[in-house]
Amino acid sequence: MATPGKTSKKELLHLYREMLLIRRFEEKAGQLYGMGLIAGFCHLYIGQEAVVTGVNAAIKDGDQMITSYRDHGHMLALGMTARGVMAELTGRSGGYSRGKGGSMHMFSVEKNFYGGHGIVAAQVPIGAGLGLANKYLDNGKISTVFFGDGAANQGQVYEALNMAQLWKLPTLFIIENNQYAMGTSIARSTAQKDLYKRGLSFGVEGVQVDGMDVLAVRDATKKAAAHARAGKGPMILEMMTYRYRGHSMSDPAKYRTREEVSEMREDHDPIDMAKNRLLKEKWADLDALKAIDKDIKAIVADAVEFAKTSPEPAPAELYTDVLLELDA
Amino acid sequence: MSIDIQMPALSPTMEEGTLTKWLVKEGDAVKSGDMLAEIETDKATMEVEAIDEGVVGKILVAEGSQNVAVGTVILQLLEDGEGVDDLSAPSETPAPEATPEATHEPATVSSTPEPAQSTASVQSVPVEMDVPAGTAMVETSVRDALRDAMAEEMRRDDRVFIMGEEVAEYQGAYKVTRELLQEFGAKRVIDTPITEHGFAGIGVGAAMGGLRPIVEFMTWNFAMQAIDHIINSAAKTLYMSGGQMRCPIVFRGPNGAASRVGAQHSHDYSSWYANVPGLKVVAPYDAADAKGLLKSAIRDPNPIVFLEHEMMYGEIMDVPDMDDYLVPIGKALVRRVGSDVTITAHSRMVGRALEAADILAGEGISAEVIDLRTIRPLDSDTIIKSVKKTNRIVCAEEGWGQSGIGAEIAARVMEQAFDYLDAPPARVFQKDVPLPYAGNLEALSLPNAQDVVVAAKGVCYVK
Repeated sequence: MATPGKTSKKELLHLYREMLLIRRFEEKAGQLYGMGLIAGFCHLYIGQEAVVTGVNAAIKDGDQMITSYRDHGHMLALGMTARGVMAELTGRSGGYSRGKGGSMHMFSVEKNFYGGHGIVAAQVPIGAGLGLANKYLDNGKISTVFFGDGAANQGQVYEALNMAQLWKLPTLFIIENNQYAMGTSIARSTAQKDLYKRGLSFGVEGVQVDGMDVLAVRDATKKAAAHARAGKGPMILEMMTYRYRGHSMSDPAKYRTREEVSEMREDHDPIDMAKNRLLKEKWADLDALKAIDKDIKAIVADAVEFAKTSPEPAPAELYTDVLLELDA
Repeated sequence: MSIDIQMPALSPTMEEGTLTKWLVKEGDAVKSGDMLAEIETDKATMEVEAIDEGVVGKILVAEGSQNVAVGTVILQLLEDGEGVDDLSAPSETPAPEATPEATHEPATVSSTPEPAQSTASVQSVPVEMDVPAGTAMVETSVRDALRDAMAEEMRRDDRVFIMGEEVAEYQGAYKVTRELLQEFGAKRVIDTPITEHGFAGIGVGAAMGGLRPIVEFMTWNFAMQAIDHIINSAAKTLYMSGGQMRCPIVFRGPNGAASRVGAQHSHDYSSWYANVPGLKVVAPYDAADAKGLLKSAIRDPNPIVFLEHEMMYGEIMDVPDMDDYLVPIGKALVRRVGSDVTITAHSRMVGRALEAADILAGEGISAEVIDLRTIRPLDSDTIIKSVKKTNRIVCAEEGWGQSGIGAEIAARVMEQAFDYLDAPPARVFQKDVPLPYAGNLEALSLPNAQDVVVAAKGVCYVK
């Protein structure tokens, strides 16, 4: 185990709370799916909470985030409301896309969240394009692009890495290596399993990070962000993580053993790791942690209530947002 | 025997070129591999090398000569022991027919071959062109009209930039981006690696990030590598985001059959993109529309698929001499008024439809020719109005017929003007095969003016 990262009571409590919100939100989303309130595809982030939470702790306001269809955690981390996300999951007018996007397709210009992309790896060049815009506009921002170990085998990732390095785009390529591309383990899909090395032939530096340790994620991202912001180009961060649930709700996850999952949950859970540190440093006692849990449960319960009662989009919404009117 | 050196064809579409510079003079000894002359083609400036040894006898085409047809003898080379007096009159070799309309008839033998016309009937001023009376016209190639549109919009808006293969230092694979790098610099005229999927995605991201990208595909054939970003990432995002996320981007490049470049480089994608809500699909015919529509496309807040035609790039046509000539997207243009039959077409096919209308006029049939200009949104109103007048329609396009633009127009006409029809709608389209390479088969495969004439006479019940 690496040396515990430097942190403060205030910071760790905040990170703990953020991760717990994602966990409880996702557990509830899983339940609502089972009840038929959420339809279609629904990819839960449970187990991977430290990745987006740590990255978000290391970047600045205004930096952009873009990810795949496993996107609920990213939105909550960026401060998009649980209500808006949950109501999109239920396909209601109060959702971020007014019910027209669903689990995989949400955006927030205000919170710099650029989706929510359903095509594996499509977000990678798009995220590099956000980096190109930042450089072009000289706005000092960086873009963070999240994708999985499965997406890391897509050709467009390498097209994007090449151009990002060629043009020194301020973009972080964050691989959430949860070790399974749907049901195919990385050992069965990938010749070079050290994904952080995947940029080497383009000259893109990469590091492997314990993606279950929110502080390790934060620290690695800070370094990479400074690199990108200094005009030195992109970096790859390979976050070693794990999803406890199936790929999507319909995945029985027969491709791995129960023991493997329980081992990760018991010994490497990102939220438990933060909790133990909080207790050990005496920054919080069990009562205080319970109080946080209660708060979070209330936020999620409120989101569920909103998502159940928000009306379905009006039929007229069918034809809106296809094309924009000409700018004046 | 002296050796005649002819104006070479240096690209699949070259019909003529400018002899910019002689690199040898009369009396020079040359050997194989020596550079003889510099020639400017429709795409680039290239050097012509000698493939034979000899002494430069006579230079027949002066430096700076423009529009020298392919096949014209430009220099005569003396072989060993020959003198200038031994020179015979240059052999009369006609230019190879480069256009897809090439027929099997023996080419006319002529010492000054005429450049082949790719569009026989180019009307300089369309019937309904919306410009102030008295506006002067400037003769401009479609290629330069497109370039001017981009340059004007780049001057107008700092967020507009162009990226693509060979758009900057090479000056454009088809010279459409000529001199943009010099004016706007490498920040705004960006050469990409050959990686359509990647740079189309980067363009989409840049658009979402607040810029106004123009993404050039060297041809639309290569954009199949990138179609996921055009459709899934660009076209659908506004809707999927409930109206939040904009993607103002222009994807442009040459579409459809060029000349003798084979099946993989000759695909017309009009109906593919026309099928997708969230896109606007534009396909101009003449230079004025190329300019006015591209300017409108660059200003449009939506993703635009802009389909050009390589065979039209070199056509010189009138463009209104205006500071800011805009053609609205979504409006068709009646290019010729007629009363007996409506002919719809877009892109290069408009020229063939106009040619057909000329022929039909000679046979007493008055054809109205509608240039669709925009394929999505399709200007049904103009078509329906015309059909209600003529009661007959021929839908012509260069692409394949099944699920094509003509199929769509025929369906709309039957839905909206069925009672006005005096004949079932007719369609003219490319034969249902991958485009062949052989010149004769290619010509058989692509629709021409005669096909339109036959279809028009068919719906008029005239033999």
